[in-house]
Amino acid sequence: MGTSFGRGGATTFPADLQGSDCIVIQGSNMAECHPVAFQWVMEAKARGAKVIHVDPRFTRTSAVADLHVPLRAGSDIAFLGGLIHHVLTQGADFREYLVAYTNAPTILREDFADTEDLDGLFSGFDPATRHYDPVTWQYEGMKVAAAAGQRDEEHDDWVRRRARAGHETQRADAMGSHGAVFGGRPERDETLQHPRCVYQVLRRHFSRYTPELVEELCGVPRELFLEVAEAICSNSGRERTTAFVYAVGWTHHTVGVQYIRTAAILQLLLGNIGRPGGGIMALRGHASIQGSTDIPTLFNILPGYIPMPHAHHDQDLAAFIAGDAGDTGYWGNMGAYTVSLLKAWWGDKAQPENDFCFDYLPRLDGPAGTYQTVAGQIDGTVKGYFLVGENPAVGSANAKMQRLGLANLDWLVVRDFSLIESATFWKDGPEIETGELRPEEIGTEVFFLPAAAHTEKDGSFTNTQRLLQWHHKAVEPEGDDRSDLWFYYHLGRRIRDKLAGSADEMDRPILDLTWEYPTEGPLAEPSAEAVLREVNGWGPDGRALGSYTELAADGSTACGCWIYCGCFAGEVNQTARRRPASEQSWVAPEWGWAWPANRRILYNRASADPGGRPWSERKAYVWWDEDQGRWTGHDVPDFEPTKHPGYVPPEGARAEEAIGGADPFIMQADGKGWLYVPSGLVDGPLPTHYEPVESPVPNPLYACQHNPVREGMARPENPYNPSGGAPGSEAFPFVFTTYRLTEHHTAGGMSRWQPYLSELQPEMFCEVSPALAAERGLEPLGWATIVTARTAIEARVLVTDRMAPLKVGGRTIHQVGLPYHWGPNGLVRGDAANELLAVVMDPNVHIQEAKCATCDVIPGRRPRGPALLALVERYRRQAQSPPGGGR
Amino acid sequence: MGLTGRRQGWPVLAQVRGPDRLGRGAAARSARTARLQPRTASADRVVKSVCPYCAVGCGQEVYVRDGRVVQIEGDPDSPLSRGRLCPKGSASLQLTTGSAREHRVRYRPPHGSDWEDLDLDRALDMIADRVIETRRRTWQEHKQDGTRLRRTMGIASLGGATLDNEENYLMKKLYTALGVVQVENQARI
Repeated sequence: MGTSFGRGGATTFPADLQGSDCIVIQGSNMAECHPVAFQWVMEAKARGAKVIHVDPRFTRTSAVADLHVPLRAGSDIAFLGGLIHHVLTQGADFREYLVAYTNAPTILREDFADTEDLDGLFSGFDPATRHYDPVTWQYEGMKVAAAAGQRDEEHDDWVRRRARAGHETQRADAMGSHGAVFGGRPERDETLQHPRCVYQVLRRHFSRYTPELVEELCGVPRELFLEVAEAICSNSGRERTTAFVYAVGWTHHTVGVQYIRTAAILQLLLGNIGRPGGGIMALRGHASIQGSTDIPTLFNILPGYIPMPHAHHDQDLAAFIAGDAGDTGYWGNMGAYTVSLLKAWWGDKAQPENDFCFDYLPRLDGPAGTYQTVAGQIDGTVKGYFLVGENPAVGSANAKMQRLGLANLDWLVVRDFSLIESATFWKDGPEIETGELRPEEIGTEVFFLPAAAHTEKDGSFTNTQRLLQWHHKAVEPEGDDRSDLWFYYHLGRRIRDKLAGSADEMDRPILDLTWEYPTEGPLAEPSAEAVLREVNGWGPDGRALGSYTELAADGSTACGCWIYCGCFAGEVNQTARRRPASEQSWVAPEWGWAWPANRRILYNRASADPGGRPWSERKAYVWWDEDQGRWTGHDVPDFEPTKHPGYVPPEGARAEEAIGGADPFIMQADGKGWLYVPSGLVDGPLPTHYEPVESPVPNPLYACQHNPVREGMARPENPYNPSGGAPGSEAFPFVFTTYRLTEHHTAGGMSRWQPYLSELQPEMFCEVSPALAAERGLEPLGWATIVTARTAIEARVLVTDRMAPLKVGGRTIHQVGLPYHWGPNGLVRGDAANELLAVVMDPNVHIQEAKCATCDVIPGRRPRGPALLALVERYRRQAQSPPGGGR
Repeated sequence: MGLTGRRQGWPVLAQVRGPDRLGRGAAARSARTARLQPRTASADRVVKSVCPYCAVGCGQEVYVRDGRVVQIEGDPDSPLSRGRLCPKGSASLQLTTGSAREHRVRYRPPHGSDWEDLDLDRALDMIADRVIETRRRTWQEHKQDGTRLRRTMGIASLGGATLDNEENYLMKKLYTALGVVQVENQARI
């Protein structure tokens, strides 16, 4: 979403769904996984909205939807592409919105070639490195922006240099808060007739995504498809809005980012972004998964989506910012955000003379994600590991690879509530059973440190709608239980004490770090509010800042995360606000605090027409008040409050001054919503259907079977099933998909130890259709063994019509459903579904393909001990499974 | 209350004599029923909180008596959840106070066959030593081409999505200053 709209967060909030006229839930089983938020969908339905669920399985969500559309796992881009094709060929787009607020009129370069021209590849593909050079994807406008074509060369060079130096991945990483940047002003044709304008390029790109193709590829009958197409078109426009809701059913693919891009294109065409009852709602699965992305415990970004610097020759702070900041749009202020962060971290040591300690930041020179880390553990380069409330021995793809990594460490620190599988792998992991590992041969030193619960500490979570909510400490933690705030503060303090006096250059960043936080209570707990205040930041007078617009690049302000600036405005913890719902509108602006600037619907300038008037009374949200000379409405305007709708930026304007009065996407360099993404993605400017890495069918659209730039791991621990009719693929004829249940939580660390929840969902099972059960001789409530090239697991058999076999490309495809909560520890035990998955990833965000792969299913329990290895080896030989899955 | 009064309070008599012949309504109430109180009624304090499971962020009210959590309910004031909790949120009393929680540090030495006891302060000290030693042993100041790296690839961290923003902030700040770049969480999975 970052590349399309400018920020990676959900564009809206669940309670706003109650005002939708049509809700499409796809890639999510919302009623099961986010049941309390689902009440707002039911409110909408009670008011007459149409609710559509598109999913391989018939679930609790499908049961209460108006329409369930079963489709083949991994075919969503083709389905959504079909909807785009329908909108474009039927002329159902919201033309005024499209022309004014998106890049539909923008003209592309002459040398851009589409996947329709190159059989599944875009121009710029280098088969040797399997990378794209994105130069030809740029706008035409760059050329004419500077004198005599010199700028053109300069710009091409700039784009290419950035791509080579890892800036494109750096950009892709940073898309959580803002879109891509460019120099110059692009050319536009507002009649949308120019053959190289984005609108026409889009028409050609999706010309073959017809209802017939959707039927053949997704297994969705064309009447059913057309019912969806007509529902979203008739419920979009001035008077009506349609919302899309997704979860990890969209992100867990080698083309996951492009799934969401396809929905973004559709919602921009229909004019549903920035408007009440519209938008794209991303449903996330952990209490603060949004917060841990905004203030990232992620390798590729710094707080507020500032990219982690890559290793370059002679790169100082100015060059870093020049390489990544745009001249136009709010991201033009990246210098102020970065310097304020450096001031928060290194305080008085950070001065203009030393580049504000920019050199203290470590540098990247390639991906350093969790799967690369595990490979490093197996190879012996990663020696020490902290696991903080995460259980990869159950929860990560190819769980065995995770355990092999853990078993090869020098030391491991596990912080959790109970002895999870990642803490006990050396004692009772599956490899101990098979004899592959023996406890006395595992040299890993393990520290298990019990963690404090949310009731035992102060702090804030950022939820799925970008809302920060404070939870207050109710009681002191017991025994050795401590908060992670306590652990990291005191660990840091101790390391600094031990290193005090060191003259070693490598110790300067840690010794010069600002690390003084007040502590309180009998356990010397650091004050969480003091930390939040640093996140918010302060000005030259030491007072808490009110907004990120106050940040400066001269070192006079400090701010730990610029997008959270304002959460402590007026020295008040805004995240602890709890004005009751009954005293507020449905937007509830005085409950907690949302980034940015407490805005609840992003890009809400688009809820008004270019002149600033609501598109309709029914859908009024934010509008221009001519008398007061400012924007007003139900929400905080996502716009400069007094910028007139008629404002035209002067020549040479920069940052927010370059955004016109009718440009709602203020984080984008041109203020537009991007149907086409010229910069910022590594796998193409438009979404294209590629088959999953493990698919039972060849790609019916292109010779290119898979995402050509996917990230794989060619390692012996990570073999993959042959795909798409390749020799050996018949060994794994079925598709499986993994999912969650309402009674359990992710890898089970917070649910499999709870008696109530364990009793409600006591056992691992697989869902199969009656036809597949008959074909493979599976007995209801009996056992089945599910096999891939990685390993085999067992599960109880649930035979149900909810798993409908689909007709795809003239043959029947069976799909198997597998919940992924269980593991060998806890009150209820079972095999982990993640044992079955290979590691192969989306190249933009390095997320693994967990939602579709191929398998075989046989009746009975799996073999025990070494016999399990023998079974898997037989399959591997039959399939001639090669290691890897990509570059 | 005399004998007659007490007898009148017996559910079986009330059922036989009164209009509630099936004994599923008012007749089922006894003096003991009348004395029963929900755990929430006797709490000294109610603390506002947020559900720790998924990212919907349902409001919770934590009932505390004598320094212990006695009940966790949905917060009716929350505009996100309107007082509702799902099965997981409703089970958060077990999550926070259940017997499955391990309250002691556990230590497994290299090649060990079982857990051992370890003092928390000693554990923290040992971990600090491990970090310092591994960092020094695996430090990368420059790449071969001379560009500056200033980091260690010998230490990594995983997790953060279940933690508070403030905790993630201290983690990222400390790790970055130590040159630890392999920092990841559940957003990647």
